[in-house]
Amino acid sequence: MVPTNYYLLLSAILFGLGIVAFVFKRNIITIFMAIELMLNAVNLAFVAFSQALGKPDGEVFVLFVIIVAAAEAAVGLGIIILTARNRRSLNVENVNLLKL
Amino acid sequence: MSAQVVIFFVLALIAVFGAVSLIVQRHPIHSALSLILVMVALAGLYLLMGAEFVAAVQIIVYGGAIMVLFIFVIMLLNAGVEERTNLSRLAFYAGIPLAVAVTALIAAAIVGSKAATALPAAAPDTLTSTRTLSMLLFTEFVYPFELTSFLILVAILGAIVLAQREN
Repeated sequence: MVPTNYYLLLSAILFGLGIVAFVFKRNIITIFMAIELMLNAVNLAFVAFSQALGKPDGEVFVLFVIIVAAAEAAVGLGIIILTARNRRSLNVENVNLLKL
Repeated sequence: MSAQVVIFFVLALIAVFGAVSLIVQRHPIHSALSLILVMVALAGLYLLMGAEFVAAVQIIVYGGAIMVLFIFVIMLLNAGVEERTNLSRLAFYAGIPLAVAVTALIAAAIVGSKAATALPAAAPDTLTSTRTLSMLLFTEFVYPFELTSFLILVAILGAIVLAQREN
């Protein structure tokens, strides 16, 4: 038996590492991957609570999160391809069209 | 320490190692492979908790479909090693302490809360079998479930419209 706390702490650590990656990385694709890492961390917390409370609702939510992540990946990567085509670069600092 | 706890720590170490590797690696393809490592480790943790359907979906959809899409785009755009700039050094000195603070805050809330410690240990049981999950998905959550099909349809159209070349 693994205490639920352990899963929640691992979830928090992975989420924190996701934040670090999001702030630290300059490549737009890697930043997008950091978002996926944070979504995964949240999924872990969902399943841990679902098991601890004995209710399967949390697992259904994980399925929805995965579906939304798939849709997000499809649209987001489309935007990344478009940006890379227009800017000739994957560095986020070159994507400053809306900057004042 | 029971066998389950040992398995948990092994998988948790793999997941954290993969997440750190995602940050440290300079090349996007190495970051993507590290993220796949994290996802496989998380699928193992789901199996440990007895959520076998979620584990299978995690491997197939996340590790399979989404990450293949990422690697496909990385190769399509021929993404190289990312360069360091002044702003990323600022992010290094401001971002990491902030992220550590956020993680510590969440961890302190989890450790300190009475509700979380009062929860029983996560037990692998038959309660959340695939059958129960599908019953729930098609009764209580049927409207959100149908809405997701619209979402995916819109996402497909959006991806096509965005990625097509104007002529």
